[in-house]
Amino acid sequence: MRIWLTLVLLALSAVSLQAREAAPLAPDEATEKRLVAISSELRCLVCQNESLSGSHAELANDLRREIRTLIQQGKSDAEIMDFMVSRYGDFVRYRPPLKGTTLLLWFGPGLLLVGGLGALLIYLRRRSKAIDDSPLSTAEQQQAERLLNVEEPQK
Amino acid sequence: MNRFLWPLIGFAVLVALLAVGLNLNPRDVPSPLVGKPAPLFSLSRLDAPDQNFSPQDMLGKVWLLNVWSTWCVSCRHEHPVLVDMAKDKMVTLVGLNYKEVRGDGGLDADKLDAAAERKLALERGNAWLKQHGNPYSLSVLDLDGRVCIDYGVYGVPETYLIDKAGIIRMKHTGPISRDDFSGKILPLLAELSK
Repeated sequence: MRIWLTLVLLALSAVSLQAREAAPLAPDEATEKRLVAISSELRCLVCQNESLSGSHAELANDLRREIRTLIQQGKSDAEIMDFMVSRYGDFVRYRPPLKGTTLLLWFGPGLLLVGGLGALLIYLRRRSKAIDDSPLSTAEQQQAERLLNVEEPQK
Repeated sequence: MNRFLWPLIGFAVLVALLAVGLNLNPRDVPSPLVGKPAPLFSLSRLDAPDQNFSPQDMLGKVWLLNVWSTWCVSCRHEHPVLVDMAKDKMVTLVGLNYKEVRGDGGLDADKLDAAAERKLALERGNAWLKQHGNPYSLSVLDLDGRVCIDYGVYGVPETYLIDKAGIIRMKHTGPISRDDFSGKILPLLAELSK
């Protein structure tokens, strides 16, 4: 019984695997390689957290077709990037360009790290100073000794 | 000062940042086309398929270009607002129908040839406008979505406000609510129509 069930499930999974068709490829491999390289740098605007090369969204299909056409027209990678950015904005790029509005994005984490290290350093210095600067006075020394001596016989 | 106060303040700041961040709309991506001339196209009209429409026909007018489709669920929510807008004659609306046949997941568009696709798109588009009301002065068919790529459309509905000189002045992503219309679109429209 269990064997039959396994076989049926296996057969079903084979069917579902076959149902996934590969995306249509351009005739030449070089174009396809460039397409993958370029579209991995681009964000799919429908799914937002997926790259254009990995997305199954319909717009992603259309855009890949568009990029394929541009490659076949002999456009450079930079020109294709410009084509996308001029329509969808810097948001389509996974690596946003360095400019006024993205300064915080690029350097924010570094600033936080430097700030955190600075705060830690100041805190540690202050603490070590606080420990050094208060040696015991003679009276305190005697009191400490007395306390230690009292406790000893109990051991 | 209490030594627990600083972590508490830090925590409060984080919560505030998250609260703001989570309430932003991630779909509201600023369009680079705002301030630029509306991309040109020439597409055939839904009401008169033998005639074409181009944005140049609208020079000298302030108008809205609204991307829609009959299979788009959000467009259905937006539609009554558009119908009311048109009823009060406050704005000239041009519809840009996005991939009427190919975009519909329920249809197998690959089996249709170009003529059949076109015929089906015309039927579906006109029937839908008849049933739900037609707020558009005219609509055009972008069967393969190529023009919409030039406009940076990534979800339907989207709306562009174009001024007298043919410059895009605003892009609205997603359905227009009544508040969007009275608060955002109408004031800009009045200012540009001066």
